[in-house]
Amino acid sequence: MRFLKLSALLVAAGVALWSAGSQAAEGAVEPKQISWPQNGFFGTFDRTALQRGFKVYQEVCHGCHAAKYLTFRSLADLGFNEDEVKALAAAYTVTDGPDENGEMFERPARPSDTMPSPFPNPQAARAANGGAYPPDLSLMTKARHDGDNYVFSILTGYEDPPAGEELAAGQYYNHYFPGHRIGMPPPLNPDQVTYDDGTSATVDQMASDVTQFLSWLAEPKMEERKQTGIKVMLFLIVLSVLLYFYKRKVWADVH
Amino acid sequence: MAAGSGKVVFKSGVLRWIDDRLPVVSALYNDAVVYQTPRNLNYWWNFGSLAGIMLTLQIITGIVLVMQYTPHTEMAFDSVERIMRDVNYGWLLRYAHANGASMFFIVVYIHMFRGLYYGSYKAPRELLWMLGVVILLLMMATAFMGYVLPWGQMSFWGAQVITSLFSAFPLVGDPIVTWLWGGFAVDNPTLNRFFSLHYLLPFVLVGVVFLHLIALHTHGSNNPVGIDVSKKDKIPFHPYYTVKDLLGLSVFLLFFAYFVFFNPNILGHPDNYIPADPLVTPAHIVPEWYFLPFYAILRSTVYDSLFTPLVVFSYLGITEKLMGVIAMFGSIAVLLVLPWLDTSRVRSATFRPIYKWLFWVLVIDTVVLTWVGGQVPTETVVLIGQIATLYYFVHFLVLMPLLGRFERPRPLPDSIGRPVLSHGAAAQPAE
Repeated sequence: MRFLKLSALLVAAGVALWSAGSQAAEGAVEPKQISWPQNGFFGTFDRTALQRGFKVYQEVCHGCHAAKYLTFRSLADLGFNEDEVKALAAAYTVTDGPDENGEMFERPARPSDTMPSPFPNPQAARAANGGAYPPDLSLMTKARHDGDNYVFSILTGYEDPPAGEELAAGQYYNHYFPGHRIGMPPPLNPDQVTYDDGTSATVDQMASDVTQFLSWLAEPKMEERKQTGIKVMLFLIVLSVLLYFYKRKVWADVH
Repeated sequence: MAAGSGKVVFKSGVLRWIDDRLPVVSALYNDAVVYQTPRNLNYWWNFGSLAGIMLTLQIITGIVLVMQYTPHTEMAFDSVERIMRDVNYGWLLRYAHANGASMFFIVVYIHMFRGLYYGSYKAPRELLWMLGVVILLLMMATAFMGYVLPWGQMSFWGAQVITSLFSAFPLVGDPIVTWLWGGFAVDNPTLNRFFSLHYLLPFVLVGVVFLHLIALHTHGSNNPVGIDVSKKDKIPFHPYYTVKDLLGLSVFLLFFAYFVFFNPNILGHPDNYIPADPLVTPAHIVPEWYFLPFYAILRSTVYDSLFTPLVVFSYLGITEKLMGVIAMFGSIAVLLVLPWLDTSRVRSATFRPIYKWLFWVLVIDTVVLTWVGGQVPTETVVLIGQIATLYYFVHFLVLMPLLGRFERPRPLPDSIGRPVLSHGAAAQPAE
C-alpha cells in the first residue's frame, strides 16, 4: 500500500511541477481565460457563434490569412443547409482546368472545393504584408499553447506601447503576443462586420465568434470525439465494475 | 514455448489432430492457460500484459493509418489532416495511435520500475531483463521515427537535433549523419526511410517480445516477496490472472480514453500543428515527454558548472557533445548491466531497508530529469540537471554495487504462503 500511496503522491507532485514549469518555459503572457462553450467533457460548439465567426473570417481575416483545410461542404457543420452552402461557395472563384483546349479557366467554387487562398503564393503574401507571412488559420488554435484563449487574447490584446518602447514601422504592440511586437495591424474595429442576426459587432463579440469558428476549423470532429468518449467511458466504467466483482469471485478460493 | 509440463491431450478430435502435427495448441495451452504463476502477484504485475496489449494496439492503428498516410515532405502533413477531417474515424485512429505511444511508454516505465523495486532482473532472470532493455531501445527508435512522420515543425526539428547527435563521433560522425539523412539535410529521403523503419521496427519488437516471454516462462514470474515460489503457492494463469489482467486493462483503458477523447493534444506539442519549415527554427525544441529524462542527461553533460572537471576529457578528443551522447546512451547501458551491478542477493526491496529508500530517490531523480528535459537550459536548470544526472549514475554504478555489501537485509520468509495468509493480521511478513 505504501508503494501505491508514494507513487500517487509522486505523480501529483510531478504534474504540479510540470505545469508550473511549462508555463515558465513558454515565456509568454498567460492569455485571458475564457469559458468557451466547446470546453469541458460535454462541450459543444455554439452554431450561431460559428456562423457569425465564419462571416468575420470571410470579411476580415481572409483578406490576408488562408485556411487551406476549409472545404465549403464542411460548412454544413455550422448549420448551413445545402443551398446555403452552395451559395457560400459560389461567391468565390477558383481556377480549374485544363479544359479540352488545354486552357486553365475560372469558375465559381463548388461545395467540394476548399476556400481559395487570398494570395497565389507565399511570396505574394509576404510582398503584400511588409515581409511578414500571414499564417494559414486552419489549425491556429491547435498550433498555439492554450490556443482558443490565445487567439482571442491576441485579437483583443492591442494597446499603446508603454512609454519608452519604440516600435519599428509595420509593428504593433500586443500585450499577449510573445515579445509584444506583432506584424499584424489591429484587425478588428467596432461594427466592422454587419451580423445577419443583428448581434452588435463589438470587438470582443467578433473576436469571440471568430475564435470559436477557428476552434471548430482546427478540430471539426471535436463534438463527435467527446460524445463517443462519453459512451466509451461509461462502457468502461460498467465493465470495470463487473470485472472487479468477477475477479473477486474467481479469486475467492485463493485469498 | 516453456520447458517441461507433460503432454496435453485435448478432448476435441480436431485439436488433437492439429496438435499432433503442429503443437501450437498445446503450446498456447501450456503458456497461457495452465501456466503456473505465483499466487501473490500484486497489481504492479499487470503492466507486462498491458505493454503487450499496447504494442498490439499500436500495430493495428498504425497499419490502418498507413492506408491513408503519404510519406512525402509535400504531402505528409496534408494527408494527416485529411485523416483527421475526411477519413471515417480517422481522428480516433490518429489520436489513439499518437496517445497510444505515450501510454505504451507509461506502461513500460512502470513495468521497469516494478522490476527495479522487486529485483526482477536478478538471477536467473538477467536475460529476461536485458531483453526488456532491448525492447525499450527499439521502442524509443520507433517512437522517435513515428513522431517525424506528420512532418510538423517538431517532427522536422526533432529529427534534425537527434540525427545530428551522431555528428559528435570523431571522423565517422558527419558521414554517418549524411548516411542517416540520405542526403545533406533532413529531407524527403529521411522521411521515407523513417517511415519504412517505423513500419519495420514494431515487428522486430514483436520478435523480441516473444524472446522476452520465452525467458519469462523459463523460470516464471518473480513476485513481491522475491523468493523462489514452491509449487503449492502457484496457481494457473487462467482464470486467475486472465481476469486480473482484464480488470487492469479495463481500468487502464479508462485512463487512455481520457486522453484520446477529451485531451488528445496535451501530451504533444502545439508546434507540430505547424507544417515543417526548414527556415524557421522553433523557439524551444523539445522531444516527446518520454524522452525528456534522456534529453536532460544529454543537455546537462557540458564541461561547465558541476561538470567542469570533465573538461579533461576534451584533451582526449571527447567534445562536450560527444560526452553528452555517451552519457545519454550510458544511462541505458547501465540498465543493461544492472544484474551485475546489483550485488545484493535479496530480490525484493521489501526486505532491503536501505535500497527501498534509494529506489524512491531514483524515482524522484527521474522525475526531476524529466522536468529538466522540458525546460529552457538556464544556469540553474543545467545545475539541477547535472546533479540529477550525477545521481542517476551514482545510483547504478556506486550505490548498487556497495549496497549489496553493507546493507543488512531483513530475514526472508520460507514461503510466500505466510505473508499471503497473514493478510488480515498485522502485516509482518518476516519472522
